[in-house]
Amino acid sequence: MNNLFVFCELDEGKPADVSLELLTKGRSLANTLGCKLEAVVLGNGIEGIEKELYPYGTDVVHLADDPIFEHYRTLPFTSVITGLFRQEMPQIALMGATSTGRDLGPRVSSALHSGLTADCTALEIGDHYVKKSDTTYKNLLYQIRPAFGGNIIATIINPDHRPQMATVREGVMKREIVNENYRGELKNINFTAFIRPEDLVVEILDRHMEARKVDIKSAQIVVSGGYGMGSKENFNLLYELASVLGGEVAASRAAVDAGFAGHERQVGQTGVTVRPKLYIACGISGQIQHTAGMDQSGKIIAINNDPMAPINSIADYVIKGDVAEIIPKLIKYYKTNAR
Amino acid sequence: MNGLKIVVLAKQVPDTRNVGPDAMKADGTVNRSVLPAIFNPEDLNALEQALRLREQYPGTTVTVLTMGPGRAAEIIREGLYRGADDGVLLTDRAFAGSDTLATSYALALAVRRLEPDLVIGGRQAIDGDTAQVGPQIAEKLGWPQVTYAEEMHFEEERLIIRRRLELGVETVSAPLPLVVTVNGTAPACRYRNARLVMRYKYACTDTELQTESADYIAASRPVIKITEWGVEAIGADPEQLGLSGSPTKVKEIDNVVLQAKEARHLTSADRDIESLVRELLDSHTIG
Ligand SMILES: Cc1cc2nc3c(=O)[nH]c(=O)nc-3n(C[C@H](O)[C@H](O)[C@H](O)COP(=O)(O)OP(=O)(O)OC[C@H]3O[C@@H](n4cnc5c(N)ncnc54)[C@H](O)[C@@H]3O)c2cc1C
Ligand SMILES: Nc1ncnc2c1ncn2[C@@H]1O[C@H](COP(=O)(O)O)[C@@H](O)[C@H]1O
Repeated sequence: MNNLFVFCELDEGKPADVSLELLTKGRSLANTLGCKLEAVVLGNGIEGIEKELYPYGTDVVHLADDPIFEHYRTLPFTSVITGLFRQEMPQIALMGATSTGRDLGPRVSSALHSGLTADCTALEIGDHYVKKSDTTYKNLLYQIRPAFGGNIIATIINPDHRPQMATVREGVMKREIVNENYRGELKNINFTAFIRPEDLVVEILDRHMEARKVDIKSAQIVVSGGYGMGSKENFNLLYELASVLGGEVAASRAAVDAGFAGHERQVGQTGVTVRPKLYIACGISGQIQHTAGMDQSGKIIAINNDPMAPINSIADYVIKGDVAEIIPKLIKYYKTNAR
Repeated sequence: MNGLKIVVLAKQVPDTRNVGPDAMKADGTVNRSVLPAIFNPEDLNALEQALRLREQYPGTTVTVLTMGPGRAAEIIREGLYRGADDGVLLTDRAFAGSDTLATSYALALAVRRLEPDLVIGGRQAIDGDTAQVGPQIAEKLGWPQVTYAEEMHFEEERLIIRRRLELGVETVSAPLPLVVTVNGTAPACRYRNARLVMRYKYACTDTELQTESADYIAASRPVIKITEWGVEAIGADPEQLGLSGSPTKVKEIDNVVLQAKEARHLTSADRDIESLVRELLDSHTIG
């Protein structure tokens, strides 16, 4: 009872990346709270999927496997999730801020009269003191998100209603297996008790899904490499940094031309324009054709051994030195300091 | 197919897309007064869908419903200029401070009183980007919902709707009554019609009529009334409105101080890198 639940979305029958990221985050929040991490999966022909969720530290997987759940549909999913939540009474429920999560989350929160914060960029556990009644709420979920076109950062709480619900975009949280051998418990949801005939009134006539592409455009964090990375092998450092930070790897044209990265990752005038929260330019000189595609980034870190590199003039942080030395340190200190 | 009764949900929002240099005050807080109040962009896409259905099904009426302070009557007038038949402004002090759940409670009650066949809203409002109010209203009404709509038409008594999803498109068929939210990728709204602007320029709420300049207007020409409803008109429980009706509370607001770029210079020393990482974690840039 009162555990932390993650709604696991499926992508081509596999757990979606965002859901695995939420399980990772959920595990660390559950550790802080001293509660269990539980996942909910609805799908068709998904026997055995729980084994893909356990390694993230999932203690319980609630599963419904039936043709009704072949594709996401608002009403049957809402009824099952709402019914399950009424029964299990989670203290926290997390979902991806995807087409699905943003359709389902508000519906469930409305049915349960619990608050929902969309598109959080950070989740933390903390207390809240109310002066008027001199009461302290212990261990609330701080739902932290930008608001007002990104000009303010708001911390939202739900003191009195459960579950505390939040959605998070893909790529915002990092994804990490806690233990390959972690084993949880499988529980089949008695979904027929929750679904009403009128839940099936909306029919899907047709679906055209495209394959997921490299998407540096919507990444909140972009780790970008230039010719100064030196080789394709050194680009692996960038993939590692991007993966721990939950970002995407991009490149300058010189790096693409040299074969260090694919063209779909090129940023700049003849590439993609990005506006992430954080852009880390590694071994990029910062010619205007490149900066035209990234100078609107929230924060820019330039790592370059040339103190006169033009990129430095638009950077918020200039780290002078060798990429091969600095990037591993960023990874190391992120791992030791991140919660 | 007979004429339908359609309610369009529209919100007045500060134009957060064009936050210029003067939008932030010296102390780093948002200067709301310089941000123009606009018709939420995707609500215009929603209005266009409603007007298209009206063209296809004679006898259809389109009512704009908005909840907000008195000046949100501008949204109704804007809707009328573009072709809506009428509008309702939901306004009351008791609504102030409502989160999406309390907002959807009030709007759902107003929808119930209007008894439409179809409610069309925008996908999300740019002031909060939450995309919650449409689905929350649908749940409160006990109606199905179809989100992210791009195109819709009737086949017999069912609406066939094309939805734009992150990774593709989906076509669904749904019965009435229904709540639909419209995506920004749907066709843009038609412009104001000059004849309608002339006709509705002086459309006013009762509250607006009590101001001095409105007296003058009223004296000089017959006034078209914009319906104004408060808590009692929709039979709302005040406990479920405003701050008390909102499960979510804002604990803290941090302003992202926009400052002239002055780079911090760091070396590759461990101490520099670690302090940078900590700073980025503290500001939630990473983590
Ligand atoms: C019409 C046109 C369109 C273009 N469009 C684009 C575009 O869309 N995108 C784009 O990126 N470019 C574009 N370019 C190319 C652009 O002008 C630059 O040539 C390119 O961006 C340079 O890439 P770079 O910074 O990776 O390489 P370089 O300019 O070679 O810079 C490498 C940098 O790495 C640093 N460095 C080297 N070794 C290390 C090390 N070990 N550690 C740390 N730093 C190191 C160097 O000091 C240097 O600053 C275009 C050019 C033209 C003419
Ligand atoms: N105060 C309001 N008045 C009328 N419609 C609203 C209001 N708030 C939200 N909506 C509708 O709900 C949609 C989603 O809003 P939001 O959940 O705030 O992103 C908007 O595009 C509007 O169609």
